[in-house]
Amino acid sequence: MKKTKLLSIAALLILVIGLLAACGSGNGEDEETGGNDQSDSGASASDDTSSEDEGASEESASGSITISGSSAMQPLVAAAAEQFMSENPEADIQVNAGGSGTGLSEVSEGTVDIGNSDVFAEEKDGIPADELVDHKVAVVGMTAAVHPEVGIEDISKEDLKKVFTGEITNWSELGGADVDITLVNRPDSSGTRATFVNFGLDGETPAEGVTEDSSNTVKQIIGETEGAIGYLAFSYFTDDSVTPLSIDGVEASDENVQSGEFPIWAYQHSYTNGEAEGLAKTFLDYMMSDEIQTGLLPEQGYIAATKMEVERDAEGNQTDK
Amino acid sequence: MALSARDRLIKSKKNNSYGELRGKILVTLCALIMITATISVTVFLTTKGLQSFLVNSVSPIEFLTSTNWNPLGDNPGYGAFPFIFGSLAVTFLSALIAAPIGIGGAIFMSEIAPSWGKKVLQPVIELLVGIPSVVYGFIGLTVLVPFIREYSSGTGFSILAGTIVLSIMILPTITTIATDAMGSLPNSLREGSLALGATRWQTIKKVLIPAALPSLLTAVVLGMARAFGEALAVQMVIGNVRALPSSLLDPSATLTTIITLNMGHTTYGSIENNTLWSMGLILLIISFVFILIVRYLSSRRKI
Repeated sequence: MKKTKLLSIAALLILVIGLLAACGSGNGEDEETGGNDQSDSGASASDDTSSEDEGASEESASGSITISGSSAMQPLVAAAAEQFMSENPEADIQVNAGGSGTGLSEVSEGTVDIGNSDVFAEEKDGIPADELVDHKVAVVGMTAAVHPEVGIEDISKEDLKKVFTGEITNWSELGGADVDITLVNRPDSSGTRATFVNFGLDGETPAEGVTEDSSNTVKQIIGETEGAIGYLAFSYFTDDSVTPLSIDGVEASDENVQSGEFPIWAYQHSYTNGEAEGLAKTFLDYMMSDEIQTGLLPEQGYIAATKMEVERDAEGNQTDK
Repeated sequence: MALSARDRLIKSKKNNSYGELRGKILVTLCALIMITATISVTVFLTTKGLQSFLVNSVSPIEFLTSTNWNPLGDNPGYGAFPFIFGSLAVTFLSALIAAPIGIGGAIFMSEIAPSWGKKVLQPVIELLVGIPSVVYGFIGLTVLVPFIREYSSGTGFSILAGTIVLSIMILPTITTIATDAMGSLPNSLREGSLALGATRWQTIKKVLIPAALPSLLTAVVLGMARAFGEALAVQMVIGNVRALPSSLLDPSATLTTIITLNMGHTTYGSIENNTLWSMGLILLIISFVFILIVRYLSSRRKI
């Protein structure tokens, strides 16, 4: 009897403590974001004296920062961080992957220094986009990819829309092999899907199909399933297992993306909460340097952001640079 | 040796009680940590899971019954019913396959060939437990899905593929617990039955299985709980489609696969993220139901 009483009291106590902690952490977050606001204004104020900053950046290649976000960007940023750290042994840069949403959330909460995302922060709910500073470190082109036996290498945008909305259900309607079309989609919240839907399908909602998140899995499914079509970043077209499609006769190549002729591409963003400072700034400058932009980026299948002849804003409007 | 026998006795007693106390504190602490972890996860998941209903004012009835899942559309719908249905469907179907096989294996191990059967089957089962779920998924994706595609009209991604992968995954759970249940039956039952002239099979069918039934059902329910919570392997073979499936060969989605697919892409506090937490809450509630069933069955155990 006594024991059960004691136990129940203990359990109750823990419950109360847990509840208190939950409430407490909620308050803490609020305060934290408030604190960040202040430090933002402080940072922008000190940015005016740019000469001071430059002087500091030479020395500040030490310390440690944490980067989180887009898993598509993770290999690129991790490789860049590794190079950076071998040149600056004092610096410590941790690169985690967790998805664009996670990266944006964590950078706006201040838990990480840089949040990577393959979509504009403005496109995500619940993110104070005006507090975040965008650094477009790379561009990634993507296109529709089909099973090699489909027999099509070029598709008009109109037909592409019809294929993805389910209006056309057999490849023979487009002059290809007589096989049914199988769609391979990404999850609703995926940045790759958002880019493809916005710029490949002009915003039309794709019909239901197999849904996978990982690009490698998508590639494998397209390569193995007769009549399959999906969409992949250019860096995944390394062998003959899938066929990338040209759109309206424009080949899916880095050059065509840079000139703005090929429509489906997206920035790879690195967001900081307020202007970047210290090691985060040094590292982002390094990401934009020629060494990375013309060396590591093409090697990893990305397109240099500095080479783009067109630019695009968060609403998707494209303008010449 | 100035200490008298009495002193020594007192001293050792002191030492002893000291050790007793330390041991007691140590294990109590362990128990407290476990209780705290469980309660805090439950509290956290409940508060997070209710946000979409309280803060984003998603209707709980729509969430549980509507089949329209389109959180990012212009006219958003938050119906998670297809995923709840998918989760329950693969769980029950995989239990339907794994339960007879697992219980059959358990009977083989405990009744038919207790000596060498155990020697062979035990390591096999342990091996099955040791295979990581991503490997099951990968094998399913490269072997099972193309196989089903070959012999059906669909893409191969289907409830059937998910069911088969899951039933292999929960087989060890069911077999192990069922073997323990059969093994714990007193020998007097077998001897009594045989003495009455029953054959071995009659004994198994009419005496042993009924006697062990509550434990066997516990084994099945625990296996179902495992299947219900599995995400990775299922995600790779089920196709993750929002529409309600109309046949075994249709692709589908489960609560867990939708959560793992979307969690990283959504931002904290957004309505989509909150609905994912709500799905987590539903998973937790249904798991609790499984546990309640297990407790009920255990209390009915006769032997």
